[in-house]
Amino acid sequence: MRTRLLLVTALLIGLTVPALADRRDDAKAQVSFGIDVAQKGLWKEATQRWLMAVKIDPTYAAAWNNLGIGYEQLGQFNEARDAYEKAVALEPNNNFIRNNYDLFREIYDRQNRRRSR
Amino acid sequence: MTARTAAVAGSLFLLVSAGAGCVSFYEIPVETPIHAKLDVTPFQRVLVAGFLAGGSKNIDPNAETARLLRSQLRSKSDLKVIDADVLSLVEEVDKQRGAAPVADSDEPRIKTDKDLAEYEKILNDKEFWKKLGEEYQSPLIVTGSILFTEVSKSGNVSRMATTTDPTGRQEYKEVRSFVNMKGYALSPKFVFIDGRTGEQLYAESFHEEALYQEGQNTPALSSYFELMDKLLPGFLNTLSTQKIRGTRILIK
Repeated sequence: MRTRLLLVTALLIGLTVPALADRRDDAKAQVSFGIDVAQKGLWKEATQRWLMAVKIDPTYAAAWNNLGIGYEQLGQFNEARDAYEKAVALEPNNNFIRNNYDLFREIYDRQNRRRSR
Repeated sequence: MTARTAAVAGSLFLLVSAGAGCVSFYEIPVETPIHAKLDVTPFQRVLVAGFLAGGSKNIDPNAETARLLRSQLRSKSDLKVIDADVLSLVEEVDKQRGAAPVADSDEPRIKTDKDLAEYEKILNDKEFWKKLGEEYQSPLIVTGSILFTEVSKSGNVSRMATTTDPTGRQEYKEVRSFVNMKGYALSPKFVFIDGRTGEQLYAESFHEEALYQEGQNTPALSSYFELMDKLLPGFLNTLSTQKIRGTRILIK
């Protein structure tokens, strides 16, 4: 019984992990292309790529982080906040993501404080 | 745990690790746009009229602020800056009240927030601002209040000190010491008025302090500029979109 259970588990892992890996690979390709174009200053295109990446793989924290940066650069602060928060939720111990989010929050909170005055 | 279970768990770990892969990251400069707080499209011209100013008598905060804001607006906004004499709103209020002129002209009438409160009514005087607006073909009017005061504070501060041990190795230690600090505080309130109607469009208050160690002789004017430097982005952002430069980390 235990052997059968282990076999079924292994089969499930064998089927799902490659699918997940494929999704992550596709998302990574989008993220990578996004980084290339962002480095050339093409932030709209980069943001679109990162948006595609998170649609392909919503568990990809790096893609959410980059998407947050893209939206921030485009002045879409609410979308940036949502993206950063997803990245932080997925990888709470990632210092890069945490630092980006903290820097963004400083600006976001200041902007909102002004609006509420 | 059987060997087979361990093998499955092990391969799972490897798969997860492989999935995680090695992280590549790229530092990238960003310019975060902060949108203007005020729609200034109805205006082509701006008049920095003058301020209710007071506090320290070492500088004239009214003249200095008007001069500084005019020069900043000339270079950093699309509005045409009107050259006009800087109004003394304190004198204007005194005139309206019929108060006697100050005997010692060096002594500012406004020294504290409480003094300032007695004069602030003019900032809401629609008729006064509308009349002024008519004189200059209805510009956007910038006015407000500026309090530049001397402050002194005492307390413990910590600094890092280096020492060398007998083996020649450098060590860093936190050293705390009691110091007396002196400096200045700047509390401006910028008020933006529609010169066509005399109505207030927007107002924003700031507060900044600069403290120096006792014995460090910092002139009041240089401290004033140091403090204004910190406030200017906030002021300019009222009229035009500003960009905050920084860096972020892109991750693969």
